[in-house]
Amino acid sequence: MIILDENTKCVVQGITGKQGSFHTQSMLEYGTNIVAGTSPGKGGQNFQGVPVYNSIEETLEETEVNASVIFIPAPFAKDAAFEALSQLDTVVVITEHIPIHDTLEIVAYARENNKILIGPNTPGIITPGIGKLGIMPAHIFNPGDVGIVSRSGTLTYEVASQITQAGMGQSTCLGIGGDPVVGLDYSDILQRFQDDPETRAMVMIGEIGGNAEEKAAEFIAANIDKPVVAYIAGVTAPPGKRMGHAGAIIEGDSGTAQSKKTALENAGVKVADRPSQISELIKKLYKSS
Amino acid sequence: MIGMKIYEYQAKEIFKQEGIAIPRSKMVKNATDARQAAEEIGAPVAVKSQVLVGGRGKAGGIKFANNPEEAYEAAQKLLKMDIKGEMVYKLLIEEKLAIESEYYISVALDRSARQALIMASTAGGVDIEEVALRNPEQIFKVHVDPRQEFLPFLARDIARKMGVEGPLIPALGAVIFKIYRIFQKYDANLVEINPLVATSDGLVAADAKLDVDDDSLYRQKKLIHLQEGPMDEFAYVELDGDIAVIGNGAGLTLSGMDMLQIYGGKPATFLDIGGGASQQNIARALNLVLSNPQVKVVFLNVLGGITRADDVAMGIIDVMSRAERMVPLVIRLTGTNEEEGQRILKKAGVSFETSMEAAAQKAVEILDGIESKN
Repeated sequence: MIILDENTKCVVQGITGKQGSFHTQSMLEYGTNIVAGTSPGKGGQNFQGVPVYNSIEETLEETEVNASVIFIPAPFAKDAAFEALSQLDTVVVITEHIPIHDTLEIVAYARENNKILIGPNTPGIITPGIGKLGIMPAHIFNPGDVGIVSRSGTLTYEVASQITQAGMGQSTCLGIGGDPVVGLDYSDILQRFQDDPETRAMVMIGEIGGNAEEKAAEFIAANIDKPVVAYIAGVTAPPGKRMGHAGAIIEGDSGTAQSKKTALENAGVKVADRPSQISELIKKLYKSS
Repeated sequence: MIGMKIYEYQAKEIFKQEGIAIPRSKMVKNATDARQAAEEIGAPVAVKSQVLVGGRGKAGGIKFANNPEEAYEAAQKLLKMDIKGEMVYKLLIEEKLAIESEYYISVALDRSARQALIMASTAGGVDIEEVALRNPEQIFKVHVDPRQEFLPFLARDIARKMGVEGPLIPALGAVIFKIYRIFQKYDANLVEINPLVATSDGLVAADAKLDVDDDSLYRQKKLIHLQEGPMDEFAYVELDGDIAVIGNGAGLTLSGMDMLQIYGGKPATFLDIGGGASQQNIARALNLVLSNPQVKVVFLNVLGGITRADDVAMGIIDVMSRAERMVPLVIRLTGTNEEEGQRILKKAGVSFETSMEAAAQKAVEILDGIESKN
């Protein structure tokens, strides 16, 4: 397992909000170690037995949290993310639609200070049997030895549930986030799976747009020797909109499903044509190793 | 960060407010006003179609007129044009500049570097994408750290390194500094001037592109009124096939399209209902694709995370009982509250699948059945 393990003690930022309260309940039901929540002005209350504090600073005066999951609306998410990143090592930003200029600042700070930032716009992270920091439906996961990394939400659930149905399970499954700029990227996660003794194979799920998958392919070729299976959605999508001339100059020919598949195959990755093939490919790789 | 593009004449208005010189110009909507504008500005003028698609010039969307009558004629032609699928409703009548030299400058979000990228070139006015491919050394590029204050001296250094000399260094530096300020102030994905024209009166932005981050519009009060029509509820693209694909989440919806293709089907739509769609959202999504006469079968592919399968089922029943036009629906419904959702469908006699691939296959088989009858 990576990032989320037995030692993770989590605070929920925005625990009293609509999204925060709904998902806190679901995370608690799954057994996640949620030890605190924050909601400015509501310190001293409690939610489902979880104490609520006014800030991360106050939370740290009273508890030993080391991770945060953020359910704060987009206009206030930069503030919440900096509050968390300046005091904790692991931060999961579930919020979607954060202004990209805010995200640039959040991500720059996190990377410079070697923080584990997952998201924004992510379903979160789940280590089956340990807990989940996020919004994924827990029942489709099963403890196992396949690490899954994705920038999609529901497509990740599709793949994870098929792996579960095939009699296997996940060491950890996480979404890096669907926005064009995110904290940890594919390669950061793949390296962690490579170093994790409980992960035997990795699944990387991508989709059209940007060049994150191409960059990951280069990284895999140089650094990863555990088996990797990939799936890329959007083979049939027509070419998307471009960001004026500048977008085309920056990204060149990358971005199509074919460019991503080719790059991954050249890096020795098995690329599935459909989600149901992923578990078959993993089983084959297990037999041959 | 999907961008809201704004028209050239609107972008130029913003450039002007930020202290960048623009040509004398007027936006018009008919040929008579175009003639009038040409008279006021003083011929010769450029008559420029106002569209949001790129490659306008190559597509014939810009004409030049030596007198007001020619401007009238050019306007008549342009106002009937369809430029890459976009109808022309507005024209910008603009003084034709006496060009001494032309430059390219832009600030764009470079997603893989996670920073803004400034690009500047003395090879402006021509096809800059061609320059990037053939002579990449002619484009000077520099990233800007989002936490660093971008000061005027940095902009002047860029101007010097892109290859200009003398008074052009501070002059170009000032424009680069201003477009970076626009990039930040207006939450832009892209600010671009191509060409930036040197005239005897100084540097003038002959074109203007501004693409603004949709997710920032709530705090861009000056720009939000430029949004034409209501904001879209769904990510929706019409395609040339006959099976409508609806899904929750872009990745899953794309994957559904791909599965159709594997079984020999062709998608008619890409419609992502997003996360947490309500019964009403589902109903509106279904009605939207049903209103498309090209659609012969609907493939609804839902694996609920924050979307609840029971809400989806209620939305389906609602549309089936009331829709004016109905086609076969192939439903894949699993995930959060799936027992309840599937129970609702069963009770209403609606069949469903639990596997995306089985549902895609079924959608194609049903379509083949319809076509063999005809």
